[in-house]
Amino acid sequence: MAGYILRRLLQAIPVFIGTTFLIYFMVFALPGDPIIALFGDKTPNPAIVAQLRAQYHLDQPFIVQYLIYMGGIFRGDFGISFSGQPVTEILARTFPVTLRLAVIALLIETIAGILVGMIAGLRKGKIFDGTTLAVSLILISLPVFVIAFVAQFVFGVQLGWARTTVGTGAPTQDLILPAFVLASISFAQIVRLTRSSVIETSGLDFVRTAYSKGLGRRRIVPVHILRNSLIPVVTYLATDFGVLLVGATVTEGIFNVPGVGNTLYQAIIRGEGPTVVSFVTVMVLIYLLVNLAVDLLYGLLDPRIRYVK
Amino acid sequence: MSSAYDQKPDAGAPLLEIKNLEVGFQTQNGLVQAVRGASLTLRAGETLAIVGESGSGKSTTAHAVINLLPGSGQVTGGQILFEGRDLTKFTQNEMEDVRGKLIGFVPQDPMSNLNPVWSIGFQVEEAIKANGIATGKKEIKKHAIEVLKEAGLADADKRLRQFPHQFSGGMRQRVLIGMGLSSRPKLLIADEPTSALDVTVQRTILDNLEKLTREIGTALLFITHDLGLAAERAEHLVVMYKGQVVESGPSKEILQNPLHPYTQRLVAAAPSLASRRIQSSSHALGDIDYSAPTSARGVDLIKAAENRAEQQAVAPKREASIVVENLTKVYKIRGSKGDFKAVDDVSFQIERGTTTALVGESGSGKSTVAKMLLRLEDVTAGKILINGTDTAPLKGRALLDLRRKMQPVFQDPYGSLDPLRNIGNTIAEPLTTHKIGDSASRRARVLELLDQVSLPATLATRYPNELSGGQRQRVAIARALALKPDIVILDEAVSALDVLVQAQILQLLTDLQTELGLTYLFITHDLAVVRVIADNVCVMQRGKIVEKATTDEVFDHPQMEYTKELLNAIPGAGIALGV
Repeated sequence: MAGYILRRLLQAIPVFIGTTFLIYFMVFALPGDPIIALFGDKTPNPAIVAQLRAQYHLDQPFIVQYLIYMGGIFRGDFGISFSGQPVTEILARTFPVTLRLAVIALLIETIAGILVGMIAGLRKGKIFDGTTLAVSLILISLPVFVIAFVAQFVFGVQLGWARTTVGTGAPTQDLILPAFVLASISFAQIVRLTRSSVIETSGLDFVRTAYSKGLGRRRIVPVHILRNSLIPVVTYLATDFGVLLVGATVTEGIFNVPGVGNTLYQAIIRGEGPTVVSFVTVMVLIYLLVNLAVDLLYGLLDPRIRYVK
Repeated sequence: MSSAYDQKPDAGAPLLEIKNLEVGFQTQNGLVQAVRGASLTLRAGETLAIVGESGSGKSTTAHAVINLLPGSGQVTGGQILFEGRDLTKFTQNEMEDVRGKLIGFVPQDPMSNLNPVWSIGFQVEEAIKANGIATGKKEIKKHAIEVLKEAGLADADKRLRQFPHQFSGGMRQRVLIGMGLSSRPKLLIADEPTSALDVTVQRTILDNLEKLTREIGTALLFITHDLGLAAERAEHLVVMYKGQVVESGPSKEILQNPLHPYTQRLVAAAPSLASRRIQSSSHALGDIDYSAPTSARGVDLIKAAENRAEQQAVAPKREASIVVENLTKVYKIRGSKGDFKAVDDVSFQIERGTTTALVGESGSGKSTVAKMLLRLEDVTAGKILINGTDTAPLKGRALLDLRRKMQPVFQDPYGSLDPLRNIGNTIAEPLTTHKIGDSASRRARVLELLDQVSLPATLATRYPNELSGGQRQRVAIARALALKPDIVILDEAVSALDVLVQAQILQLLTDLQTELGLTYLFITHDLAVVRVIADNVCVMQRGKIVEKATTDEVFDHPQMEYTKELLNAIPGAGIALGV
């Protein structure tokens, strides 16, 4: 097991180098000059432009810039944004906000999704099942910004239950409404996934055998049906957690959440190479770790999966 | 349907009495009757077998008894009286007390009937707990070990914490039998308990099951498609056909004097019985006439076998079509030091136009030999000559030519046809791959092939899911013949089929061989079918050929202990000797 984890971590190294290189290259290749853009409509002073260029190493060839940047990363220095803040500080500020948002959303979609999906699956073809399928289809087809605006208007403006935008410091109660919006689409997916998985498992031979042993439905549903049905759901949940952690640009934008997605979006618009690359690098690392966690989780849920050295 | 044993004078009150049972499945086209007025009686401590082909309603009847009909199935009429109480009137809760406790159940497929995510111990213990056989963790565990030991798992105490995937099929079936008998039920329903297993394993398991049920005094309702097996294991037979009981009575009586035409056909087609009959007739030992009744319609396998023997006797010595010399296959096992020798120094040759059967249990390496012949696996050592050409160095064009001469038919007729391709395209695919003819001539060839395998031409535009297992296997054979090959490699090609269909396919293969001069390598675990199809037999055990001789020699004078064991394991063996 330890050998397996080590091997997976070693595999992450080339992925890490490859992605940072690609991202760095793409940001480099973006059209427009970020330094000129900083001056807005004013005519830039050539001396200042040259000085800024030198400060951000923009006067160097691409490969030199990349190596300087990577050298910094290995020293724990993710560079400095155009606003003069170290990128590590921006990360430290935004990441906890997104993490809280992601955890709340994940809790909502997991609990509600599995519960509703399981009941629908066990009552296949009944009214509850039909309603669930219809509602989840509607949720899946709606673009997230529509759900966000409707939620903002209904719960924020009309009912006044929540604030329409997230306040400074992003207090947790402010994050609940955006978390619900984020959770809504995944909720629909989890419901459908759990439902079909429960239906499939219920028809398997070992479930019939469990009944033939004299077990009751109260034992068979959680022990023999639900656990087996959860394996595909866990895969989805884990990748979804990865997606949530790297930030939801649209939702964070609408609710003005000072999280990773929102900040990254701003950095891309401004062409801030170091900020964009650093954020994406961290995201890639998160993704790799979450994937590893999922694979280890499989082993717990399904004893047939073994890890080869 | 009255039967002889109804009037048995010494019998007590029936334990299970099924009266005019009707079971239907709700489909889009309304109710489809699966069981139509079936009746049977089983007394305490007795063994009764229900025999029939798939779709005959035999399993449905059994599932109706414990109220576990799949999906939309429901009992629409009749009674199931267990100790005088009508089980069809029971609520789910009341049934829970009957299932496991009074009526045990051993399912068909050991691979799919244990939950893969829970340990063996957990699954046995929960059955014991649910039926209140023992209380307290220690007691339950002790009882679980005891039950598994009885069922033939000697090292049960060590293996309790292992998971189903760490057990072989035979071991899993032992676990399921142990589970079914764990609460000493009065009735055990065994639904094809060994059809997924090797013959020798089948024999041990059924012997054990017989011993256990006798000791405990459990009545056994045994469901099987194999008439020979049923007759050997049960005192009474119930033959089901299309949802109805067509014949019932004492086993030997039915076997010797089948009254219903369907039963007569079954008796004639059962390979296990056929091979026995050939034996007894050629030795003139049997005082009972085992030859098929003259009124039997359909295929008679004995005749086929006799013809084969005659032909072989007069045929001149032919050149070798396949020569295999010192063939060896070694698999490297990851993380372990030793390599695994799947095939170990195997040599044999097959003359043109003859059939050689490669027989062995699963894991004996017989399929690996086939794969190497087909160049689907690389050869570790040794040589394969097809029509005198060494196949190992062949590449590209030459390999394509080799494949054209040699075609496979695989075991699973469901898995080997592409569900998204219609039958015509499936059969024509080898022609397209080898760029033979234009689309018109290919179409003509497809129709010709369909005719050769006795399928209607209209099938060309249909899809595999609309076909039965037997029809599918015919399609697979037609596809194999499309390129006019010299050699056909049949890897368990009839093992997944019902006896009657199996007999038809065997007949078809024999006819095609005479007609087209084909050479067959026939791979099977079932010695019974070997007798009717093969000229020569190679018996494989653990990667080696342990015995190699003509079919008659192998059956009449088996040399090796292992071959004798395999022969004895053919169901129905006891009948020929016992009568």
